[in-house]
Amino acid sequence: MFSSRYWREIPQRYRMEAAKCSGCGTVSFPPRLICPKCKGRTFEKVRLPDQGKVLTYTVIHVPATPFKDEVPFAIAVVELDGGVRITSQVVDCDPATIRIGQRVRTEFRKLQEVGDAGVLCYGYKCVPA
Amino acid sequence: MREVAIVGVGMTRWGELWEKSLRDIYVETALLAMEDAGVDRIDSMVVGCMSSGLFVGQEHLGSVLADYLGQAPVPATRVESACASGGLAIRTGFMEVASGMSDIVLVSGVEKMTDVDGGDATYALGTAADQEYECYHGITFPGLYAMMARAYMHQYGLTREELAAVAVKNHENGSKNPLAQFPMQVTIEQVIGSVLVADPLRILDCSPITDGAAAIILCPLDQAKKISKNRPVKIIGSGHATDSIAYHSREDLTSLEAVAKAAERAYKMAGVGPDAIDAVEVHDCFTIAEILAIEALGLVERGKGRTAASSGLTAIGGKIPVNPSGGLKSKGHPVGATGVAQVIELVKQLRGECGERQVKNARRALAQNMGGSGGSSIVHILEVG
Repeated sequence: MFSSRYWREIPQRYRMEAAKCSGCGTVSFPPRLICPKCKGRTFEKVRLPDQGKVLTYTVIHVPATPFKDEVPFAIAVVELDGGVRITSQVVDCDPATIRIGQRVRTEFRKLQEVGDAGVLCYGYKCVPA
Repeated sequence: MREVAIVGVGMTRWGELWEKSLRDIYVETALLAMEDAGVDRIDSMVVGCMSSGLFVGQEHLGSVLADYLGQAPVPATRVESACASGGLAIRTGFMEVASGMSDIVLVSGVEKMTDVDGGDATYALGTAADQEYECYHGITFPGLYAMMARAYMHQYGLTREELAAVAVKNHENGSKNPLAQFPMQVTIEQVIGSVLVADPLRILDCSPITDGAAAIILCPLDQAKKISKNRPVKIIGSGHATDSIAYHSREDLTSLEAVAKAAERAYKMAGVGPDAIDAVEVHDCFTIAEILAIEALGLVERGKGRTAASSGLTAIGGKIPVNPSGGLKSKGHPVGATGVAQVIELVKQLRGECGERQVKNARRALAQNMGGSGGSSIVHILEVG
């Protein structure tokens, strides 16, 4: 991955910064330039809550190349408290124990390495709450 | 708007075509379509292709393919909507003929997927999802549909056997299609016992990696008899819609809203509803996708799609035959070509040319093509001319 592409996402990946619409209060993650609900153009920067629940999940057995050493690993659609949804790995547990409705929280973790001398890519993963 | 007819179709057997290039498979099928229609010239061409850049390192397909078909300097347009690129090519050609801009338009879909290895193919297909907020975290396409299957199982009680029945039916149909990549029949036990890809989806729930192309000839209905000896098949409805690129942003994780919206638009244009459809080709990139698609198309009620295959409802002799061609599952899924091949199957069904897999007395048919995890969808409704 090109370093500029990684670098410009850091506010979202490291700090989970989202944009709250000043007009209707809808929170967009990642931040957008126009509110998908009311088409407003002004936003307030907010940090997403770190607690949420699993809406659905899978266990990946055949991965894309960057994740080939991690299989099997669990990945889920998680609804954070307040309603924003993310796709995130669920780690530090046996994938077979994950259930829909389970409470999880986000943590700061390494996600990928790019090449032999490339950047280490950090971001959020979920763990059982 | 002028009425538009399909007067020629061309397709070769799909598979791992290592000895052929993208331009070879394109030209073969384009020539077949022109021969079938009985035309030796075209006014314009449209090609649907998802990712020739990532799969074979070639962009600017309009020029490449017009050149190798010997048709330069005709205008040639490449369109892309991920796995719905073929459906979008048909819609683009339809608009061109309907508007009066062109009379004879060659519409094709093409994808050459086996020039890269499995990891690179998985990466290329992943570009149809949200690269930054889905794939970046390790999700794959089977993984996205596996999450749909898990959510649907939770909500509606779908069983592993009911899911497998979709694959069994489509391989049964594909075994009667000489152009199918995987024409073997499979059993429920084989599907459930096959290797896990993304739990609960197994390899026999997934459509394959395929090289292939498909082509059709469009013209104005009122000139069809003059242009071609073939019985024309009319395009009476065309609908196209989009949804959020990220699966996690969908309000209902068990519903394909782009499909529902595209279908609503196509039904409205055609002036018919789901009850008037005799044969259907849907985008069964994974077994769960067929279940969600027939619900979104209004062919069955929400939550009832789970038993459609196991009960025989969607078999060739059933009330609503779905994927008589074998679908993406058995026929193969060269992503950009799929939407065109779906329409070819339905044209052949409406002409009564399908032999063992013929749906009896088919007069009206529907094709549903989908991009990504449902970020886009295109629906066409056809009728015997």
